[in-house]
Amino acid sequence: MTKHRYSFFLGCVIPNRLPQIEAATRLVAPKLDIELVEMKGASCCPAPGVIKSFDKDTWLSITARNLALAEENGLDILVLCNGCYGTLIAGVADLKDPETRKRINKILKGTGHQFNGTITAKHLVEVLYNDIGKEAIEETVENPINARFAIHVGCHLLKPSDIRPWGLVEDFMLVDELVELIGGTTVDYKLKDMCCGAGGGLRSAELEVSLDMVREKLEAIKQANVDALVNVCNFCHLQFDLGQMQVNKHFGTDYQIPVLYYTQLLGLAQGFTPKQMGLDKHIISVAPFLEKIGMSV
Amino acid sequence: MMKAGLDRIRSCIQCGTCTGSCPSGRRTAYRTRQLIRKALLGLREEVLSDPNLWLCSTCGTCTERCPRKIDVTEAILYLRNLSCQAGYMRPEHQSVSHKLIETGHAVPIDDEKWSKMREELGLSPLPPTVHSYPKAVKEIQYIIKKTGFDKLVNYKESKKDDKT
Repeated sequence: MTKHRYSFFLGCVIPNRLPQIEAATRLVAPKLDIELVEMKGASCCPAPGVIKSFDKDTWLSITARNLALAEENGLDILVLCNGCYGTLIAGVADLKDPETRKRINKILKGTGHQFNGTITAKHLVEVLYNDIGKEAIEETVENPINARFAIHVGCHLLKPSDIRPWGLVEDFMLVDELVELIGGTTVDYKLKDMCCGAGGGLRSAELEVSLDMVREKLEAIKQANVDALVNVCNFCHLQFDLGQMQVNKHFGTDYQIPVLYYTQLLGLAQGFTPKQMGLDKHIISVAPFLEKIGMSV
Repeated sequence: MMKAGLDRIRSCIQCGTCTGSCPSGRRTAYRTRQLIRKALLGLREEVLSDPNLWLCSTCGTCTERCPRKIDVTEAILYLRNLSCQAGYMRPEHQSVSHKLIETGHAVPIDDEKWSKMREELGLSPLPPTVHSYPKAVKEIQYIIKKTGFDKLVNYKESKKDDKT
């Protein structure tokens, strides 16, 4: 019956800090004929900015174990986080080399898992745009969301481009299209392509630099006069929501830009309540945006 | 660098496109071009001990724009690996690594409030990840012992410190 089945990779931040994104995604998926098959015992991807910075072999071995779990399911991975996507797809690419695969599988031997390179990882945007298709998504919309949005795509969805399916790294409009098909208007803004500043180990060890980067983006988004920011990466989401509060504290600003992950917005359009989409769990209040579209938390 | 397949770094013409494209370098003393040049000159200690090496957010813009097709971001990550081996790891980064070793998550559920929040959203209190499978945590720890990551991030030593 269900047409689209994926191994569902959660990572760390979604299940352990932003479960509203997990809840929203689990609710919208069946409406799109997507079945999310659990990856039992999956770990940190591991994070490309930190663990890969410390020791590439450890990073690649743990990545290979996660990929092996999906391979045991016999299903490609659906991933919601740009960072996890970056790790998993780089792992797939690195492990195409037979010698590297042999070496890493040797490290994995005692875990009982081996990766043979028969599956790959797809980001939510790729699944929605290429596998499900705009028409099928549009059919699930019961309640078009008429509001103005700024889109933040995030770095690792697009780069490095040589192992991505898009063929471009700037002026990427697919997320804009996905928002527009559920009734939204998206705007261009200064620094749209810029990094949110969360990655590379900056949030953990260089918070001030990290916040200064997101501050610059928040100012540009504020000037674009939008009702909310829509993102497709939970780490960017965390940086824009929790980070926005930290920016206000640190720099004495007063940004109040509601931040939504795409599946939360899609869920509202499919008729789920703001509470079901976990919009009451945000740090920066989503209430002004909901009011604009005639809803409340 | 050569062993890691990053030999294209030799073709760097010091044009500065990397530095000019860098969102971190715009606000800090991080100069990508300078680090690459110093690495090519063999100034090992100077490069590996430079705290600016840790200001890259890995956005990948320099890699996309490099006219010599050098994978600049991978080169920075490789230098960071060497920097860790040389003992210049930040305590915050060791702490993230310790969480990975202990739980299999770099960002674990370390407070009941997160499980409560999951339940309020209709989710299981623990996700179906390593958090629900102790055997899976053992597998991660096995890999980490195999690669020597525990030693790299001073895992045992910090445990001892915790006890004293």
